[in-house]
Amino acid sequence: MADMTDVDAPNGAVLNKVGLRKAPTGIGGFDELTFGGLPRGRATLVTGGAGSGKTLFGLEFLVRGARDLDEPGVLLSFEESAAELATNVSSMGFDLPELERQGLLVIDAFRVDAATLVTTGVFDLDGLFIRLGMAVESVGAKRVVLDTMEVLFTALGNESIIRGELNRLLRWLKDRDLTVVITGERGRAGGLTRYGIEEYVSDCVVVLDHRISDELATRRLRIAKYRGSVHGTNEYPFLITDRGLVVLPLTSIGLTSAASTERVPTGVARLDHMLDGGLYRDSTVLVSGDAGTGKTSLAASMADAACGRGERVLFVSYAESPAQLLRNMGSIGLKLQRWVDAGLLRLWAVRPTAYGLEEHVVQLHRLLDENTPSLTVLDSTAGLSRVGMSSAVRATVARQIDMLKARGVTAVLTALTDDGQSESTAMEVTSLVDTWLLLRNTERNGERNRLLYVIKSRGTAHSNQVREFALTDRGAELLDVYVGPAGVLTGSARMAQLADERAAATARAAHADRRGSALARRTAQVEQQITALREELAADRFDLDQYVEQDIATDVGRDADRAAMAAHRWADPAATIDRAKA
Amino acid sequence: MSQDGWIDGPADEEFNLRLYVAGLSPKSIRAIENLRQICETHLAGRYRVEVIDLLVNPKLARGDEIIAVPTLVRTLPQPIRTIIGDLSDADRVLVGLQLRPEARPTQ
Repeated sequence: MADMTDVDAPNGAVLNKVGLRKAPTGIGGFDELTFGGLPRGRATLVTGGAGSGKTLFGLEFLVRGARDLDEPGVLLSFEESAAELATNVSSMGFDLPELERQGLLVIDAFRVDAATLVTTGVFDLDGLFIRLGMAVESVGAKRVVLDTMEVLFTALGNESIIRGELNRLLRWLKDRDLTVVITGERGRAGGLTRYGIEEYVSDCVVVLDHRISDELATRRLRIAKYRGSVHGTNEYPFLITDRGLVVLPLTSIGLTSAASTERVPTGVARLDHMLDGGLYRDSTVLVSGDAGTGKTSLAASMADAACGRGERVLFVSYAESPAQLLRNMGSIGLKLQRWVDAGLLRLWAVRPTAYGLEEHVVQLHRLLDENTPSLTVLDSTAGLSRVGMSSAVRATVARQIDMLKARGVTAVLTALTDDGQSESTAMEVTSLVDTWLLLRNTERNGERNRLLYVIKSRGTAHSNQVREFALTDRGAELLDVYVGPAGVLTGSARMAQLADERAAATARAAHADRRGSALARRTAQVEQQITALREELAADRFDLDQYVEQDIATDVGRDADRAAMAAHRWADPAATIDRAKA
Repeated sequence: MSQDGWIDGPADEEFNLRLYVAGLSPKSIRAIENLRQICETHLAGRYRVEVIDLLVNPKLARGDEIIAVPTLVRTLPQPIRTIIGDLSDADRVLVGLQLRPEARPTQ
């Protein structure tokens, strides 16, 4: 059949302009993956094994269309009764009977019981056409789901008739511009469906998978074919949540999220200083370290600080129960209970092995929706590595990080470092995080002390200094390490070193004191001596003056005598005058 | 009912049959004719047939879970039995109506 848009083109976007219309499914993540949803006015095959979620896919497509997009729908169910279907999806908040009452949905369930049925001779499926036609007309349906038509092959036996009728049905639906989802059961021999109905549904094929690897169930979705449209080609994990299906594309979110320039303090003042003011609001911090290096305590400090600012915090613990955590953090002065009471802190403890990796992502999804935190702690992501293969764990953590980043939540992850490989973690998520704080134990003089390094901090001038990380009864604190000729000293060695230095300083000061007073004494002595000498000198001078005066007087007397004598002898007067002047 | 289903109830049991068709297509006419012959041969005097044209009464399709046409439904005697097709194989129809044991298990 010739069709305008059934042309292979290198670029889906161009075709979209030509007119590949799409019908949004409303299924979380799916419309992003397909750039708009399912091909409108065409049929999409959704195939998968038992319990892979194909019926749910179809139902959500109908419910979201009817409820949110003003597109009523019809479900023809060949496997389950309307009541069964309604019960199955009521837990997701889909009220099928109510939608039927509102005239937005028709569910027509066919019971095809091979045990009470025989076929003889030729037949057609006009009964189905008539019922479908009625249903579509009664609500003005735009969407139709056939779940699972392949039952007819088993029940009615005559394969060639059913093939022909299926083909006719698809044409009939297309003529009415109905967007159709046909579900199919995965074939045993690797085929997409048991009866090869993918031959008739050629526009779009979605494959659902429920696989168990490493004893863990993971649901995956793949778009095997989407004629005339670009689409993601990977296998995407998806979840069945209490709000329907959620497809989680690994790559389509995360790197597009906006970047915040707001800084948030960590609650450890000196750490803020090391990070040039704190963490970026939407950044991801990895706190890695060996066992007992204080990862949880540091994360809890950040949580405590956020609560102190009146922000909401979600603390997911894969290691400790809430009660344990509250008690243990209380011992270092972090009174978290008051934040729990104030409704700011939500503690969520779960054993990593209690769920598959998918479930952990679902839970985080739900918790984020419920609590809308501004900071979230995942403690410890290493716990998750007990659940699955490292590649799967890494992907899970990456999804969690993406989810947090997309919401602008500050994420604090703790991770156990590999033995002996303190700068790599078991999950190799370090490239995904923005700030990486490493806590390390040093063992010296029979004691262990904690050191904190800022390994990296994107977009932040950060300190290259090693700090001693101390857990006191007033919370976490950073102390300067002692860097001296003996190397880096921490703990009591640092304290001993500092004490030594203090003692030496005291000794030096005392010595200086002593020398000071000796000098003072000597100064006093010298001054005394100076005074004595001065007095001596003054006395001498006095004597001298006395003597000179007498001498002058004597001279004057003598001169007078001489002058008298000269006058008496008639001598030359000049010599007498010179003598008097001298 | 006997254990092997050889005779379905007493020989004077009433048969209530409904034949669903969609318009008077050749298939429909063939089915009606085949049914008439089988009834006359095997159920003479103790059957009632109601022919329902779904093009005229589409709503009735929902009641008996009709997917295919022609479909013959035996409403009496209980339990309900369904035979799909133009009834061209009389033996299969008799098996379907439980007037004859099955030669082979139904699919």
